[in-house]
Amino acid sequence: MHSVAIAGIGETEYSRASGRSETRLALDAILAALADAGIDRTEVDGLMRWSVDTTGEEEIAANLGVKDLKWFGEVNQAGNVGAALVTHAAAAIHAGLANVVVIYRGVNGRSGRRYGRGEVTGRRGQGGSAYTEPFGLLTPQHNLAMLSRRRMHEFGTTSRQFGWVAVSEREHANRNPRATYYDRPLTIDDHQDSRHIVDPFRLFDCCLETDGGGALVLVSAERARDLQQPPALIRAAVQAGYSERSFVDTAAVSTAPRLWAQAEVRPSDIDVVQIYDHFAPFVIFALEDYGFVQRGEGGPFVEAGGIRWDGGTLPVNTSGGHLSEAYLQGMNQMIESVRQIRGTSTSQVADAHLSFCDTGIGTGAIILERDR
Amino acid sequence: MTSTTPESTRPDFPLPVPSEDGAPFWEHLRNGELRVHRCTACGRLQHPPRLMCVQCGSTERDWALMSGRGTVYSFVITRQALHPSFEGHIPYATVIVELEEGPRLASNLIDIPVDEIAIGMAVRLEPTAVSDEITLPLFRRA
Repeated sequence: MHSVAIAGIGETEYSRASGRSETRLALDAILAALADAGIDRTEVDGLMRWSVDTTGEEEIAANLGVKDLKWFGEVNQAGNVGAALVTHAAAAIHAGLANVVVIYRGVNGRSGRRYGRGEVTGRRGQGGSAYTEPFGLLTPQHNLAMLSRRRMHEFGTTSRQFGWVAVSEREHANRNPRATYYDRPLTIDDHQDSRHIVDPFRLFDCCLETDGGGALVLVSAERARDLQQPPALIRAAVQAGYSERSFVDTAAVSTAPRLWAQAEVRPSDIDVVQIYDHFAPFVIFALEDYGFVQRGEGGPFVEAGGIRWDGGTLPVNTSGGHLSEAYLQGMNQMIESVRQIRGTSTSQVADAHLSFCDTGIGTGAIILERDR
Repeated sequence: MTSTTPESTRPDFPLPVPSEDGAPFWEHLRNGELRVHRCTACGRLQHPPRLMCVQCGSTERDWALMSGRGTVYSFVITRQALHPSFEGHIPYATVIVELEEGPRLASNLIDIPVDEIAIGMAVRLEPTAVSDEITLPLFRRA
């Protein structure tokens, strides 16, 4: 994938009530990303989106004035498909099927459809949900809490260690003026004193609900080098389908070997990490299942300050992540991953060359590289 | 033995909609039996049931009777109403039971306070009718 780069990033403000449609949010983000890249809107010939979103590519294309949309599509599952979309878009550009592919989303995740609510995510007992929903497992939180409880049992990970994920990310958000929780500090006691939602998850283990939009512009690496931003080269991009349900493993068990082989680097080569933190413990589990640390070591690593920008050896979720910046389901974290390559993060890791971004419980990840 | 739970004691969880691959599972439960998809080619037990064996790919299967004995493999306690029907039923616990034969399935426990639930707790099956059509595999302390 070395031949493709992310050349533009764009986002709207993050809020609890955007006051505008999801299409408007998506368009605002796309225009910002195209302006960032220095590419005219009429050059866009590819569009890709999350299948859970409401804004179709034809509506976006019509608004942008795209005359010949050569590549479009969506990836099914849930919020966890950011890396899969990058994989698809990069493959299309690499194959010469499109030249300028925009990955976009606009969501009213707080004022509109709320992903944490059973009436939104429930499938009314149909299909596989016949074996879970009748017992009250109605939201993603329920199923992820179940896995988390078992991992706590097997590896000794504690709620307090979950709390250090939340506190570390909040420190990063407190340095990021775009973050929802920019001006609100969080202590470990705040976390431990917060109420349970689905036990073992406490309030501050849970991600935000956000209205906002985001967009990425992908072009060939060759083209990107002539544009106005330093290119973020796609060193590797992988996706994974769900396999048989495990209550212990994340999908990183299958993506990690492919990711590291494709990138031809090791976890210890990575300078900065973003991880899909819909729930705080998944930072710990992802660090373990991608091989940054051994299983059982993720909790102690976090507790010792390992993921903090200030003093940590592997800063994670440097914009504040889904817990404290915004919950755009991977989009805001991919944008932050690009910022780290450009050197423009509010919690910039010095001289970052390799930037890792998981976009959902191991079901996909990208590694970005600074051009040399 | 099949018991009946008045609807008022449970939140209004969705009832299972039996599908092509799983209809026999629910039919056996209605008769008070917990039977699990068994591949007749390789012997694998799998839950949820599927049209094919995920191990050997065979489409041949029968339904193996489970003893009903198992242990709590994992559990969560819902303490905030994430669905309108949960109001008045919080907290409630959902467990994953690991049957002694191996398969794991989601369930609820009968007559066990949520704060007493622990991984490893021994439980036994109590098929519980929640409608004329549907009997759920619930569990009690063994």
